[in-house]
Amino acid sequence: MTLAMTNERSVAQAADVLTIKDLKAYYINDLFGVRREVRAVDDISLTVRRNEIYGIAGESSSGKTSLIKTIAGAIRPPMRVVGGEVRFDFGGKHIDVYAEPGKMKAARWQNLSYIMQGSMSVLNPVRRIKHAFNNFAFRHMGLDRTAFRARVESHLQRLGLDPNVLEAFPHQLSGGMRQRVTIALATVCEPEFIIADEPTTALDVLVQQDVLGLIKEVQERLGSSVVFVTHDMSVHAAITDRLAIMYAGRLAEEGPTQAMFDTPQHPYTAHLIASLPRIGDTATRKSLAGKPPSLANPPTGCRFHPRCPIAIDRCSREVPDMLPSAIGGRVACFRAGEVSVK
Amino acid sequence: MNGYLNYVAKRFGQFVFVVVTGVTLSFLIAHFSPVDPVEQTVSLLTNFGATDPRTVEVLRQSLRELYGTDGSLLSQYFLFWGRVLTGDFGPSLSAFPTPVMTIIGRALPWTIGLLTLATLISWVIGNFLGAIAGYFRNSRAIKLVGLFVMALQPIPTYITGLTLLIVFGFLWPILPISGGAQLNLTPAASWAYISSVIQYGTLPALTLVLVGMGGWFVSMRSLVSNIVTDDYVVYAELAGVPSRTVFSQYVARNAMLPQVTGLALSLGNVFGGAVIVEFIFNYPGIGKLMIAGIYAGDYSLVLGVTTFSVIAVATAVFLIDILYPLIDPRVKLG
Amino acid sequence: MLKVLRDLLRYNREFLFGTLLIGIIIALVIASFFSPYDELTTYAVIPDMPPGGEYWLGTNSRGQDMFWQLAASMRNTLMFGLVVAIISRVIAIVVGLVSGYVGGKTDQIIMAFNDTLGALPNIPILLLLVFVMRDQMTWGVLALTAAMLGWTHDSRLIRSVALSLRTREFTRHAAFSGMRTGQVLFREHLPYVMPIVFFTTMNNLIWAIGLEVTLSILGFSDINRPTIGGMIYWANAHSAMVAGIWWWIAVPMLAVVILFLGLFLLAMSVNEYIDPRSRLARMGA
Ligand SMILES: Nc1ncnc2c1ncn2[C@@H]1O[C@H](COP(=O)(O)OP(=O)(O)OP(=O)(O)O)[C@@H](O)[C@H]1O
Ligand SMILES: [Mg+2]
Repeated sequence: MTLAMTNERSVAQAADVLTIKDLKAYYINDLFGVRREVRAVDDISLTVRRNEIYGIAGESSSGKTSLIKTIAGAIRPPMRVVGGEVRFDFGGKHIDVYAEPGKMKAARWQNLSYIMQGSMSVLNPVRRIKHAFNNFAFRHMGLDRTAFRARVESHLQRLGLDPNVLEAFPHQLSGGMRQRVTIALATVCEPEFIIADEPTTALDVLVQQDVLGLIKEVQERLGSSVVFVTHDMSVHAAITDRLAIMYAGRLAEEGPTQAMFDTPQHPYTAHLIASLPRIGDTATRKSLAGKPPSLANPPTGCRFHPRCPIAIDRCSREVPDMLPSAIGGRVACFRAGEVSVK
Repeated sequence: MNGYLNYVAKRFGQFVFVVVTGVTLSFLIAHFSPVDPVEQTVSLLTNFGATDPRTVEVLRQSLRELYGTDGSLLSQYFLFWGRVLTGDFGPSLSAFPTPVMTIIGRALPWTIGLLTLATLISWVIGNFLGAIAGYFRNSRAIKLVGLFVMALQPIPTYITGLTLLIVFGFLWPILPISGGAQLNLTPAASWAYISSVIQYGTLPALTLVLVGMGGWFVSMRSLVSNIVTDDYVVYAELAGVPSRTVFSQYVARNAMLPQVTGLALSLGNVFGGAVIVEFIFNYPGIGKLMIAGIYAGDYSLVLGVTTFSVIAVATAVFLIDILYPLIDPRVKLG
Repeated sequence: MLKVLRDLLRYNREFLFGTLLIGIIIALVIASFFSPYDELTTYAVIPDMPPGGEYWLGTNSRGQDMFWQLAASMRNTLMFGLVVAIISRVIAIVVGLVSGYVGGKTDQIIMAFNDTLGALPNIPILLLLVFVMRDQMTWGVLALTAAMLGWTHDSRLIRSVALSLRTREFTRHAAFSGMRTGQVLFREHLPYVMPIVFFTTMNNLIWAIGLEVTLSILGFSDINRPTIGGMIYWANAHSAMVAGIWWWIAVPMLAVVILFLGLFLLAMSVNEYIDPRSRLARMGA
């Protein structure tokens, strides 16, 4: 299946499962009277449709994890939602994540599941794997114990895991197996919405291919939506339908993945794509000058302007809005479309 | 299984090392003290009247043999080890001629009973409250309980014991404050005797529990407040796992394990506390024996009890250590 | 440093309360230097007077003014604790830094020794020592012995920090630029372990003073030198409780509670200040 076809399909069934509006979430440290804010999610709006894989990319510390934690209602102090809203629509069941925590709690794992970054440490180290399935999924399935066990075992088998892993402790599994177990855990209830944070980053290339295939297959079979976070652009090229680029807590660009790779509209997107290694390419890649900005004290105007090769005066004064882009997405740049990938 | 045997062997090595160090230390302290136990005992005995010089000389000779203060340092040292290994610390002076080991044997059940019970209770309560306090950080009631528990912890055992004794012995006399059981009862498996033992043990045990609880509370609370930010706990909460399950199976279970190791490490201190408590409440255990021995100038008794306690504590630590892998699946054996 | 203190006082209630309690104790210690009586004399005032206008905290059956007796005792007891804490700190720092910095086999051997010493029950060994030393057991000897027994736990803590410092850039720089081991440890590593040292000092002080109080109550130290435990010893010896001279027991006990609570609160709040994890926990939601 080509990317173009996937896109058509999702457009045809266009129905938004997730809607985020003007979302702001900061890490607020207030110690001995000194207040320090890290604006990890700063004024972000986006929607995720039914039956699509929505990618989020951006360099380390750009706020990817913070954004999806906020989406999943998984924030802990010192992080706080400062403004905006997050709404889900699970086939007519509407949930406002921060206004209706009870409803959200009931939907967890039933409608919405989450694969956390660093899946190596998300399993209880002193209990066997089967307890994780019991605790996470049993009450949603409406099955008796034996039927539940049979369902879990067949699910594991479908994901290429020996059902014996249920009797193992996490430390007895390899990294790849553990990652598969967390994917199994996140999909066993067949949720409409799956959030995956860097699920392949810690794995070697071959296992990575496997796991990507797995996620793709599960998504297609269940027809669910997946928000897929990784800083690895080649992974996005391989798996996502639409892609959002984050820079310093804000969205820089969003659009159909294929089109964005062909004609990036934002200079930062262009940079990310240009830094991908290509076969037959011997020239060393130019890395971006300057450091990623501090989120506690971000630059004025467009946050990218100090490192932007095509910045103009206006960029340091005004914050660019997210506006429709030439390739059917949105972009926040005064000089959108003026760069190209060489 | 082979891995486990290796582990036990290693622990046993440590155990032997601790015992050797402790016994050697006891020997050295006794040996290099400016006080000669033989002369001390002789003067103690002659105070009671036996002043015939020949009798004194015979006494002195037999005491030297008894205390093993003849010969070179090395031969005395090995002689001492011989006594330790055969459990023969000679006769007690204050209860002549009962062997020290018999006296220790009589006191031992009291101390073991009191200590085991009090330690377990304080461990369980302290850890339970600490875990709750770490997990439900915002509850006012729990904070208040925590404050009370923690404030008790730094107070020396003696002060807590004495306070309880004053409160429940003088101001509101509802509990016996001296002894191990009612004196006119013969030890038997009768209800009367057992209930008397429980009544007499309440204040000593309560003291140890109050003193011991705070330490467990504080360390458990900080363990738990670290664990609640661990990925697997956050993940379980995210998945909507009921908080009772998260608390018991994710948080408490993981935090409990280091506390078991902590138990082994604290036994030495706990034993020290027991010595004091037994003295305050005149409880017929090892600790009271030791202090009574000091007051009575009973050399063989004091040396015997010290050596014995070092070995006993090391043994208890060893036992906890070798049981630990059976409860923690992660311990890499080998 | 001053700013830290001010912040702690302003934003940390435990620290404020602890400072207050320790303030009382320090005031008492200062007062002891202006005592109208020699701390060793007995029958200087009318015995057995209850607390009141003339004798604030009453007098005991030995004819001593409880207030001045308490002041002198507090000074002596604190002195003991400080001496133990300082000596054992020095040992703990040296052992911990060296063991952590040198690493390898040396580290293993030192730590095995360290743990063995830590596994021995202190009280029986101290009691044995007290027993064989008898009258030669001055407070100085006792302090030295306690110091010898009281450093093992803290040296392990310091070692673990030193171990993590070993691999840091500046250690290598310093080592390459020809600093001797001692210099590296003293100039580069010591500042990093100082916060832990400070925290453990409080705990060690609590432990040492507790030990002194306990041993003196049992009459196992120089009973003529006034100490908090010694006061209780004499009260017990005169059956003060039975005789109804309750203040003789109550005053030193209250003083002990104030002292220990104060030290404990300070230790706790300082620990919190040092450890960012527990700070986070405090902020809650
Ligand atoms: N608990 C916290 N307290 C304060 N700041 C935090 C906290 N957690 C994260 N941050 C800050 O928030 C910013 C965004 O972090 P986030 O984890 O969302 O980045 P990310 O894009 O997921 O990075 P990565 O690719 O490394 O996973 C970073 O600057 C980080 O320092
Ligand atoms: Mg991340």
